[in-house]
Amino acid sequence: MKRPRTLRRTPLFLPRPSYRMRRLVDAARLLPVFGGFLLLLPILWGPAETSARDTASAGMYLFGVWAVLIGLAAWLAPGLADAADDSDAVPQASVAPDGTEGDV
Amino acid sequence: MPFNVLVLSCFVYVIFLFAVAYVVERRAARGRVAWLRSPLVYTLSLSIYCTAWTFYGAVGYAARSGLEFLTIYLGPTLVFIGWWWVLRKLVRIGRQHRVTSIGDLISSRYGKSNLLGVIVTVMAVVAATPYIALQLQSVTLSFAVFASGTPNGWAMPDRDATAIWVAVGLALFTVLFGTRNLDAKEQHHGVVTAIAVEAVVKLVALLAVGIFVVWGLADGPADMARRIDASKIADWPLQPGRWFGLIFLAGAAVICLPRMFQVLVVEDGDERHLARASWAFPLYLFLMSLFIVPIAVMGLERLPAGSNPDMFVLTLPLSEGRGGLAMLAFLGGFSSATSMVIIEAIALSTMVSNHIVMPLWLRFRPQTAVSGDLRRIVLLARRCSIAAVLALGYGYYRLSGGSAALAAIGLISFAGVAQVLPAMLGGIFWRGATRVGAVAGLSIGFVTWAYTMFLPSFGPDGVISARVFAEGAFGVSWLRPQALLGVEGMDPLLHAVFWSLILNTTAFIAGSLLTFPGPVERLQGAAFVNVFDEDDAGPRPWTRGQAEPEALLVMTQRILGDAALGLFADEAKAQGKAGYLPDASPEFVERLERRLAGSVGAATAHAMISELVGRDRVSVEDLMAVANEAAQIMEYSGKLEAQQVELSRTAGALREANEKLTQVSEQKDAFLSQISHELRTPMTSIRAFSELLMEGDAPLETVNAQAGIINTEAIRLTRLLDDLLDLSVLENGSVQLDVGLANLCQMIDRALVAAGNTGPERSFAVDRNIIAEDIFLRTDADRLVQVFINLISNARKYCDAVNPRLRIVVRQKGGRVTVDFIDNGTAIPKASQALIFEKFARLTDQTRAGGAGLGLAICREVMTNLGGSIGYLPGQGGAAFRVTVPLRIGG
Repeated sequence: MKRPRTLRRTPLFLPRPSYRMRRLVDAARLLPVFGGFLLLLPILWGPAETSARDTASAGMYLFGVWAVLIGLAAWLAPGLADAADDSDAVPQASVAPDGTEGDV
Repeated sequence: MPFNVLVLSCFVYVIFLFAVAYVVERRAARGRVAWLRSPLVYTLSLSIYCTAWTFYGAVGYAARSGLEFLTIYLGPTLVFIGWWWVLRKLVRIGRQHRVTSIGDLISSRYGKSNLLGVIVTVMAVVAATPYIALQLQSVTLSFAVFASGTPNGWAMPDRDATAIWVAVGLALFTVLFGTRNLDAKEQHHGVVTAIAVEAVVKLVALLAVGIFVVWGLADGPADMARRIDASKIADWPLQPGRWFGLIFLAGAAVICLPRMFQVLVVEDGDERHLARASWAFPLYLFLMSLFIVPIAVMGLERLPAGSNPDMFVLTLPLSEGRGGLAMLAFLGGFSSATSMVIIEAIALSTMVSNHIVMPLWLRFRPQTAVSGDLRRIVLLARRCSIAAVLALGYGYYRLSGGSAALAAIGLISFAGVAQVLPAMLGGIFWRGATRVGAVAGLSIGFVTWAYTMFLPSFGPDGVISARVFAEGAFGVSWLRPQALLGVEGMDPLLHAVFWSLILNTTAFIAGSLLTFPGPVERLQGAAFVNVFDEDDAGPRPWTRGQAEPEALLVMTQRILGDAALGLFADEAKAQGKAGYLPDASPEFVERLERRLAGSVGAATAHAMISELVGRDRVSVEDLMAVANEAAQIMEYSGKLEAQQVELSRTAGALREANEKLTQVSEQKDAFLSQISHELRTPMTSIRAFSELLMEGDAPLETVNAQAGIINTEAIRLTRLLDDLLDLSVLENGSVQLDVGLANLCQMIDRALVAAGNTGPERSFAVDRNIIAEDIFLRTDADRLVQVFINLISNARKYCDAVNPRLRIVVRQKGGRVTVDFIDNGTAIPKASQALIFEKFARLTDQTRAGGAGLGLAICREVMTNLGGSIGYLPGQGGAAFRVTVPLRIGG
């Protein structure tokens, strides 16, 4: 018999709060990727090849990126803490069983 | 500064920490731990990532290689701001499975395998040894810095003796607070709070030195930037490979270091705290790193050439005559070293006792079953392990000569623990990862790391002879420790990290792909990977065997002591039984196993329960059966849902039918009352007039008139009965049709003539189109004419216009002909349009002229019999009816 789609039916479209929550999680997942790119950027400058005195400026750049990342993480954290609690209550509603996003 | 003052202040500081830990333990024992479990304490306890290596070594690192030291803090920053990926899952798994250490996590994931626990433990101990040595070295160095040039007071003992004293002191502190109890979940509130206090001290100390350098020695940030540009580290020699490799390595280490795992997952795994720490911990690292470069630059500038850059944090304030600041810096460095050693020793001792001592003890002395005996063994094992771990660290310190740069030692340790990364990430994200794969990966990674990095760290001719360095093991050139497979010219660190992790991952994946996991492994794999899928209870591992509750109680008492009785009593109460012995249901046995795992590790707990319940308690077939059952339940509920849909559909249909039946019944009642009324009216007049006639004394004219009335009424009655008869014949469908060819125009002519009898006093205009009407139909002409007559006389009767007009429009379309009868009177209201074709339906009684209200009902039946239809045509500016007939009946 063809198994009807019954249990675990995840809705195709979500109400506004859950939708925002998912986008928040997306942002949280993307933040380290974005940060990793910015922190690896100095490799492209090749400061070893140039003879410019770049420790001070590069240091300021790295600390600047660092501060921005901390700020963004702090901005996302409260919402994510709520999301983590919500996924306690209804795990399959916000996060699919394999830990990935379900339908959007 | 006199050495004795230094020792005294150290002593006072340690006593202060003792007091903090002691007070907190007391509060925790009374259950007042709310503020201890705050995100702030959690974040601060994470700061044990910043050890003496950070405190002293980072400045030395910056003085040697510029900004490269930042990689050690940028890696963890990326891991923490990306906590949703890995950390969140680790913390959840740790909480759900009561994980006691990183070795326990790996062992538990791969089928509660003790072999894996042993491997990870050995790796962790070996990798931690250089790190602990580093802490001892930095504390010893800092003592030496202070004590130099102070001949009066106590004499500074030689360095080795100092290191011994430091090691012994740390071991004592750790034993006192790290092994006070065997908590269900390895939590040590007192120690953690003391660590949090130390975290504040080291941050404040480093910031104070930094502020002193930037605003005291230099003239603010702008001046500092100029000095950096003028210093010898002004040009940043970034090596792309090392930059990327070290960020990755530090990111891996922050989750794999046993001490980080201890504070991150074991001590207080809570996702809300993690959310806060996701930015607060990077902020801590940020602040710790902020003044490293200025301190390094200022040290290089002001201190005599050749002074150890690793000690700039201390020597810079000292040389400027700031004794107080130097003291603070010293305490900061002391805090960094001690906090790391304490937590590392706790984490390692837990692993050693749970994965090495306990299994051995159970194997060789399984019979002694005294309440709490295992508990004492575990605690003793832990205390000994702590001492042993510190002894190893001291040994490494002596062996390596204590001279290598701090940063280099730290990185060896990082690369060692990073070997756990593939097995860990594979374990929590990939269900296909198996025990064999994990064993293969870990072993190969560990051996490669030891051969290319750890052993060479003792220097040429330390452990590995210089000949092997030059020519490779056994004279095979591609086995040279720093040029594996002939890869030369690579940075030795990158070389080691690259080869060990590549070989590790390859072996792990290949081993996993080629082998088949055992049942417990598959269970655990599913439970770990799908940890957020909480509603999925999963199959119970203990479904088969039967355990005696009493035996379980005895075993639990061996580990938990008196707490076991309470646990069993609670469970018995929950099961609704009196006394101390609950039923050994699979659920209870599973819970009990998790509880025990929180004390002695998953593998040992599993082994102990297996002893009682029976070893082969779950097979692959069981798992499949449970999975099938689940699938059947899904299918069954799917069927149920389908049936429910079907049922509600049927119920809907039934409800409709019922409504219709009710309506029909009402119609029937209405019909009966109507028909008796219709029959009664003429009967009443006939009876009344016939009674008058019977009296027989009336004049002849009156008699005639009365007889006329009787006759009329009788005719009306007959017509009514004829109509009823006609209707019933038509409704039964048993009517005999006289089918023949007839002209529509002639039929309408006949109908107009016949209907002229109705209301002959009114002039009535009729619009027709004779040409359009010239159609021959094969039908029952008489019946059709009857319908036309009915419609025309209705129009004559009910049309309320001053100049009544009737329009007859004929159209032919396809095989059907429509005849519309449209008058210019009042249209029939929408509500009544469906009603007019019912029996006895009359809209108003004012112009009733003999009809019983059966006309349109008959028309409808006639048209049905003729294969056509009749309907009301709305929107024509008056009452309008459309008759539709087929050109040839039945065709």
